[in-house]
Amino acid sequence: MSSPDLLPPAETPYCELCGLPLQAHSLQGVAPTEEEYDGGDAPPSYHHARCAVLLQLEPPRFCASCGRRLKVQVSPLGWWATCSRHGLHAS
Amino acid sequence: MTNSPPLQDHSILETARRQVLEQGTGLAREQLLDVLRLPDEALPALLDLAHQVRLRHCGEDVEVEGIISIKTGGCPEDCHFCSQSGLFDSPVRGVWLDIPELVKAAKETAATGATEFCIVAAVRGPDIKLMNQVRFAIDRIKKEVDINIACSLGMLTRRQVDQLAGWGVHRYNHNLETARSFFPQVVTTHTYEERLETCTMVKDAGMELCCGALIGMGETLEQRAELAAQLAALDPHEVPLNFLNPRPGTPLQDQPLMNGKDALRAIAAFRLAMPGTVLRYAGGRELTLGDLGTREGLLGGINAVIVGNYLTTLGRPAAADLNLLVDLNMPIKELQKTL
Repeated sequence: MSSPDLLPPAETPYCELCGLPLQAHSLQGVAPTEEEYDGGDAPPSYHHARCAVLLQLEPPRFCASCGRRLKVQVSPLGWWATCSRHGLHAS
Repeated sequence: MTNSPPLQDHSILETARRQVLEQGTGLAREQLLDVLRLPDEALPALLDLAHQVRLRHCGEDVEVEGIISIKTGGCPEDCHFCSQSGLFDSPVRGVWLDIPELVKAAKETAATGATEFCIVAAVRGPDIKLMNQVRFAIDRIKKEVDINIACSLGMLTRRQVDQLAGWGVHRYNHNLETARSFFPQVVTTHTYEERLETCTMVKDAGMELCCGALIGMGETLEQRAELAAQLAALDPHEVPLNFLNPRPGTPLQDQPLMNGKDALRAIAAFRLAMPGTVLRYAGGRELTLGDLGTREGLLGGINAVIVGNYLTTLGRPAAADLNLLVDLNMPIKELQKTL
C-alpha cells in the first residue's frame, strides 16, 4: 500500500489477523474487483477470506479499528487483547 | 476392544504385539522406523494395536490439562517454530499475565474436569522476578483451586529445580522438541544437551518430567524414530505431542502442514515406544488431524489432551473435546488418581 490513493479511509476496518485493510479502496471508495486488482497475486478479498478461516483458531493480532498490533493474552477458555488506542477486546 | 481388525501381514505389527502389548517393552529406534514406514492400509491395525497398548499399560482414563502463558513473547531464543521468539518478525507482542487472571484461569480450567494446570513462560530460563511471580502464583492457586500445578519456564539451575519442587510443582515441562540430529537446524541459541540437563535435574528432584515433541518441522522419518527413541530413553512421565502449526514470521512459516496419516502413524509409534507414558495431544492437532483425526488419535494411543486453547493460538472448544471423550466412553482421570 505505497500509493496514497490506495490508502483506506479512516473508518475502513482492518483484518484482525494480518493487520491489512479489509478492502483496498480507491479514492472513490470502490473496492477493486479481482480483475482490477494489481497489488499481488490474489485480490484482498481472497486473502482476507483465508484470514477469516484462520481466525477460527487464532486470536486477533491487530486492532480492527486502526490496524495497530494488539497485546494478546490467551487462556484455556478464552482470550483478551488490548489496543493502545482502542482498549480491550475479549472473546 | 472387541471386533478388532485382524493384524495384516506386517511383521513389525506382530513384533509390537508380542514385545509391547504383552511384555510392556517399548520398540527400539529401528523398529519404530518400520512402524513409521507402514503403508496406509496397515494404519487401522496399527492404531488399534497402539490403543490396546494404551489401555493395557495406562488404563482407560484420559488426563486433561489446561495451559497458560504467564509471560508471552520476547524470548531471546531462536526456536525456529516459535512465534514468541523476540528474534523473529512475529505479530505476537510481549505481555505479562497478572496473578488474579492466572488464578481465574486455573479455576476455569479445573471446572472442565482438568487435573493439571501448566504455567508457561517464554524465556531461556527464569530470572528472580519470574521465579517470585511463579511462587506467588503457585501459592494463590494452591489456596483457591483444587488442581495440580505444572510449570514450563525454560532451562533451570539446580537451585531453581529444588525451589520449584519445594513449592509443590507437581510436574515440569521441558521439551526435547526434535531429534538430536535435527536439533541444530531448529535451534541455535542453546543445545540439545542443555535441554537434557534440565530434564535430568527435574527427574532427580522428584518432580514428574513432561518432555514433548514437535513433529512436522521437516525432519525425516529416521529422525522421527530417533526422537521417539530418545524420549523413551529419558523415560518422562508425560510426552506432549505437537504438530507444527507454521507461524507467520518464523523461519518455519512456509513449512507445509504434516500429512494427517503420517501424524497418526507418529502417534502410534510414540505409544509403541513408550507403552506406559502419558501421551498428550498438544498444539497443531486441529490443523493436522481435524475432528476425525482427533478421534482416531484418541483411539490410536493418545491418553491425554490439552483442553481449550494453547499459549498463543486457539484450540477446539473445550466442550468439543469433553463431549468426544464421553462419546468414546473414556473417563477423565480424577485428581486423586494423579496424586
